[in-house]
Amino acid sequence: MESAVIFVAKITITSSMAVLYATIGEIFTERSGVLNLGVEGMMLVGALTAFAATDCFQSLWVGVLFAMLISGIFALIHGFFAITFRVNQVVSGLALTLFGIGLSDFLGRPFIGKVSLKFEPFGLFPLDKIPVVGQILFTHSALVYPAYLLVPLAYVFLYKTRYGLQLRAVGENPSAADTVGIPVFPMRYLYTFIGGALAGLGGAYLSLAYTPGWKEQMTGGQGWIAIALVIFSMWDPLKALGGALLFGFINAFQFYCQAAGLTLIPSYVLRMLPYLFTIVVLIVITRWEAAKKRVGAPAALGIPFEREQ
Amino acid sequence: MRITLKKRLRPLNWGRYLLIPAAIVLALLVGALLFLWVGVNPVRAYLEILKGAFGSFYNFSEVLVRATPLILCGLSVGLAGKMLIWNIGAEGQLVVGGIAGAGIALFFSAYIPGPLIIPVMLAAGFLGGACWGLIPGFLKARFQVNEIITSLMLNYVAILWLEHLYFGPWRDPAGRGFPGTAMLPDMAWFPRFWGTRVHLGLLMGFGAAVVIWFVLAYTRWGYEIRVIGTNLQAAQYARIEITRNILLVMTISGGLAGLAGICETAGIHYRLQQGLAVGSGYVGIVVAWLGKLRPGAIVLISILLGSLMVGGDQIQISLHVPSAISLVLQGAILFCVLGGQIFKDYELQVQGGKH
Repeated sequence: MESAVIFVAKITITSSMAVLYATIGEIFTERSGVLNLGVEGMMLVGALTAFAATDCFQSLWVGVLFAMLISGIFALIHGFFAITFRVNQVVSGLALTLFGIGLSDFLGRPFIGKVSLKFEPFGLFPLDKIPVVGQILFTHSALVYPAYLLVPLAYVFLYKTRYGLQLRAVGENPSAADTVGIPVFPMRYLYTFIGGALAGLGGAYLSLAYTPGWKEQMTGGQGWIAIALVIFSMWDPLKALGGALLFGFINAFQFYCQAAGLTLIPSYVLRMLPYLFTIVVLIVITRWEAAKKRVGAPAALGIPFEREQ
Repeated sequence: MRITLKKRLRPLNWGRYLLIPAAIVLALLVGALLFLWVGVNPVRAYLEILKGAFGSFYNFSEVLVRATPLILCGLSVGLAGKMLIWNIGAEGQLVVGGIAGAGIALFFSAYIPGPLIIPVMLAAGFLGGACWGLIPGFLKARFQVNEIITSLMLNYVAILWLEHLYFGPWRDPAGRGFPGTAMLPDMAWFPRFWGTRVHLGLLMGFGAAVVIWFVLAYTRWGYEIRVIGTNLQAAQYARIEITRNILLVMTISGGLAGLAGICETAGIHYRLQQGLAVGSGYVGIVVAWLGKLRPGAIVLISILLGSLMVGGDQIQISLHVPSAISLVLQGAILFCVLGGQIFKDYELQVQGGKH
């Protein structure tokens, strides 16, 4: 029984990481008032870049770095159209996703089926010696541990620092932020880049650690699930962790049923669960927000800023 | 040097007709870079694409074959878009429409008189897609749940369901391991024209475009939709029933995508199989927004993107370039056309010197 719990808990963590990174990234982007629906595309670009760069330089960390950089730059395409050109951000984000799917498919063909380096799990000594908890939390690959720091850091940054306050101001009321001298346009570009970089990190996690290798559309909708989790989290990194773990748990449950040979639920229904779960979660949170009369979204989300001339 | 955007004092007149061609040229240049990256001469690649799409009557007929689901999906996305509802779920609605229509042909054809079977399949396809579209529509109308996410998640659910059916209970027992249902009975096959693969679906697409254009332009209901889309508050003051209109629009939007599904199934594949969900629903989004949600333009853009897809397949064979290039080009075109719009109202100002 104990081993089953550890099994499920460990897979919960490993399968929530990609979505977690992407969600935190999109929270930053949306907090600055930019809605980027291109997460799926950015993750794919990140996944491919990570795999290709690792293969080329024979270094995993170089691969991760490249993935974050290239995905960040890729996000700036949306940034440019959304921030400077003020086009409809929903359409622009969708275009980024389609562009990313096509681009990664086009350039990724030579890498399909290739085997390269990958992040192996290891015990983080001495923490992994803690019974149960240590086994669950500290026996993962090196791309998991940064998330343990990222979530609290993102939270503290957002709510306890001056820069976080500026970021929120830009997303809530850009005109006011502009009046007090906060650089609205550069900030929006910066956080769009950060959102892309973190989505790229999520993609890199997929192609270097979780399911090592490259396959077209290997993200399987995780970018979209990340966008749903941003809404679920009400733009709060801590709640995003909860949402991502819930998503991971659904996946772990699916693995567990298959590994234990449980045929109570047919496998195709199990595979639908993450998507159905996302819908249910969205309904619940929307109802909850309506009941509490709270709106979590930054007030200027998706609205281009234009200085009075 | 500093480049800024400045509002035009006088509107752009003849220059506006250059915006879209300029945008397409820019997108093709992006594609040219990619061709160079993979070591293919871009001029040759584009000529091959043109030849593949328009080189012969048969090639062009294939363009129309590809355009058929795009027209229906583009209209599906476009109609919802008129009300500012983002139906990203045309892909899933297409799949469920295909399942519903094929289900009729596979299991009920014995009980339906011959001439009626195709109309019944069309109705089933429409209804299947409509039901799938109603789920996000209902959630949006009743609980204000974000329809972008829900409609998109349902795509994955629909595709998994489709796979389950043709790998599992609906699999052809005589198929020797081929993943797909049995062939539909002959009388369920849609008529094809001119000895090509162009089929009834194209007429459905044209017909739907005309009907939607008429409804939007000349009926009270079309007027209501446009008001809701352009000014929600005005619509509320005018006591336009918003909830009911969301449900109606998503029913029809889903139904149109469902029609695309049954048309592909009964016009091309003659069975449910892997080739049904190939992304027409997503390309429909590109089509709808490039066509600025106008039915006539949606038809034209579908044919344009259809030729890009047929041409993309062509260069995959002749130049061994992945056909995914057509998706890349679509994304690039969409970006450039969207971005180009700003030059209608703004102009670039280059300030030289120290500042």
